[in-house]
Amino acid sequence: MALLEVKDLKVRVEEREILHGLTLTVNEGEVHAIMGPNGSGKSTLSHVIAGKPGYEVTDGQILFKGEDLLEMDPDERAAKGVFLAFQYPVEIPGVATMTFLRTALNAQRKARGESEYSTPDFLKKVREVSKSLNIPQDMLKRGVNVGFSGGEKKRNEVLQMALFEPSLCILDEMDSGLDIDALRIAADGVNALRSPGRAMVVITHYQRLLNYIVPDFVHVMSKGRVVKSGGKDLALELEASGYAQFEDAA
Amino acid sequence: MNVAVAKTGNGRAVSDLFASAEGRLPGSPSVIAVRREAFETYERLGLPHRRIEEWKYTDLRALVGEVLPLAANPDAVALKRAAEAVKAHAIAGARKLVLVDGVFAADLSDLKALAAEVSVKTLREVLTNEANPAAGDLLQTASTDAVISLNAAMATDGVVVSVADGTHLSAPIQVIHVATAAGASAFTRSHLRIGTGVRATVVESFVAAGKAGGYQVNDAVILWVGDDADIAHIRLMDDAPDAVNVTSQFVTVGANTKLNFFNMTTGAAVSRLQGFITFSGEGSELSANGVNLLQKTEHGDTTLVVDHAVPNCVSREVFRAVIDDRAHSVFQGRIIVRPDAQKTDGKMMTRALLLSDEAEADNKPELEIFADDVSCGHGATAGALDDSLLFYLKARGLPEKQAQALLIQAFVGEAIEQIADDGLREHVIGIAERWLERRS
Ligand SMILES: Nc1ncnc2c1ncn2[C@@H]1O[C@H](COP(=O)(O)OP(=O)(O)OP(=O)(O)O)[C@@H](O)[C@H]1O
Ligand SMILES: [Mg+2]
Repeated sequence: MALLEVKDLKVRVEEREILHGLTLTVNEGEVHAIMGPNGSGKSTLSHVIAGKPGYEVTDGQILFKGEDLLEMDPDERAAKGVFLAFQYPVEIPGVATMTFLRTALNAQRKARGESEYSTPDFLKKVREVSKSLNIPQDMLKRGVNVGFSGGEKKRNEVLQMALFEPSLCILDEMDSGLDIDALRIAADGVNALRSPGRAMVVITHYQRLLNYIVPDFVHVMSKGRVVKSGGKDLALELEASGYAQFEDAA
Repeated sequence: MNVAVAKTGNGRAVSDLFASAEGRLPGSPSVIAVRREAFETYERLGLPHRRIEEWKYTDLRALVGEVLPLAANPDAVALKRAAEAVKAHAIAGARKLVLVDGVFAADLSDLKALAAEVSVKTLREVLTNEANPAAGDLLQTASTDAVISLNAAMATDGVVVSVADGTHLSAPIQVIHVATAAGASAFTRSHLRIGTGVRATVVESFVAAGKAGGYQVNDAVILWVGDDADIAHIRLMDDAPDAVNVTSQFVTVGANTKLNFFNMTTGAAVSRLQGFITFSGEGSELSANGVNLLQKTEHGDTTLVVDHAVPNCVSREVFRAVIDDRAHSVFQGRIIVRPDAQKTDGKMMTRALLLSDEAEADNKPELEIFADDVSCGHGATAGALDDSLLFYLKARGLPEKQAQALLIQAFVGEAIEQIADDGLREHVIGIAERWLERRS
């Protein structure tokens, strides 16, 4: 079943069109990789899917499980199962990570009409997940991402993903800033979440990540469009030949 | 019953407000003479208005208009309602002194437990003591603006607490002002005398019983702190949304003393806390944190004058305001450094968080420096909640209001964190949370 359908999406930022009619369909259980040169609009696409303000959708639509995603507030999208691991996670001083995680998880559950987690259940779950991602407990006592290294911030994104159990995970350059060991740990965390009901969109510049998280499909984005799609071998091809061949196609 | 805006008091009979209350105002004849004089001062000046520099942003004539008549002595019903309010607002572990509609309520207070560590009298008791020729002094203060004069004239009661040298209080003292009457005024005045080497936490809470509203509070506190003391002085102005609270406080700080002052205003249609803090001994440190949480059309004013009268003292003021709807927050901070007060280190900072386009913040920092070897300064920031942080929280499933609430709590939390006592800190967090819940 189609989880995410992006149809002929046109998006403007500050009077400038960034996405020029982008189409992408992601079915349940699939892993899609999106590659493409800097500035081609990958983060823009992920932001529009998550509902970040400041983007004007001038044409096209985005359906999530058949529903019009663009009509929903960001928190509604999150409760329905859309998760974006940000390329640049923000720091939120004064909001303890634990408080944030619990408030967010329970807000999502409440929106879905589910009961809130009890404190012991919640703590148990966080402990399990953070352990598997090699995140020390005392990091969770700090403000959200405050004083976290680049790699720690990315791992914190994966932690949230594991905790919230979304059905669509968009990972925007999860691999940037991660050392080789951290990359492996984070990728293991992501792979553990692969399931028939869940889909992933992995945005990356590097084939290396795709050795760990093996995609079913690879898309090349250039100048605001998907210009080529293929299987996992397409990533290898790109690694060898670069993006030059697609610049004209766009 | 309407004294309202008394203009030229010349030759006028003492107005209704005072005349009708006089029989109920405690004091020996000499005290009554002080009261009459104070009331004449008030009548001459009238309620403060915008053309008086110190009241420029808080025009009581426009905002309040009239002073309501003195509240009746609380009857059994009022005391019962007050008891419930006290239960709801008591800080776990603290020892209470309760004033109901401006009258001390012994039955609601923890006099026995307090007696072991401090001396407690009521203002009424001291003022009516014929044997004390200086009783009238309790109604005198260094400044005599109109609201302070009115307070001196009308104060019905208060607590007179003295903490002996060397005492380390085992629990905070919480003075709870409960309003049960609607459409009436309570005038209170308290004296706290804290000896050398004392460690103490004193909290003053202003609350309404049940749905009581539309009342006015005019309170004065005279706090004298000796040398080598370590004192936390916390004020929680959590009045009914349509109340008026004008409080004046006079603080004298001895040598080598640490004074942590914290005020949080979460209620009242119109409120003003005016504090006058003077360093009288060297080597002391003042940390003052103010938090105004204002919504609807509330007007909250914090005015602090810190007087470095002696050398080598440090003062830090951080004033935070969270302003929603059409509310208006005022901060006036003045640091005075007297000619001899070398090596003074005085800084103040204002941080306003504006939650709506119509929210208003006025900020007037003033440095009056008469010494040359000092380090003084002030700064200010004002702005809305950070959109990128809000989006991050929303993208994680928090609805707008909840996302805002987390960020507001973080902003306010920086001030609340300074409160050392765990139970007290939790209590203050609870008040801030209830304010957040009241946001529409
Ligand atoms: N808020 C904004 N204001 C103006 N231009 C913007 C804004 N956001 C994105 N853009 C522009 O849109 C284009 C696409 O940016 P986007 O961040 O989506 O690229 P990307 O493919 O994620 O690049 P990278 O690989 O470097 O992360 C860029 O030219 C960028 O400058
Ligand atoms: Mg990007």
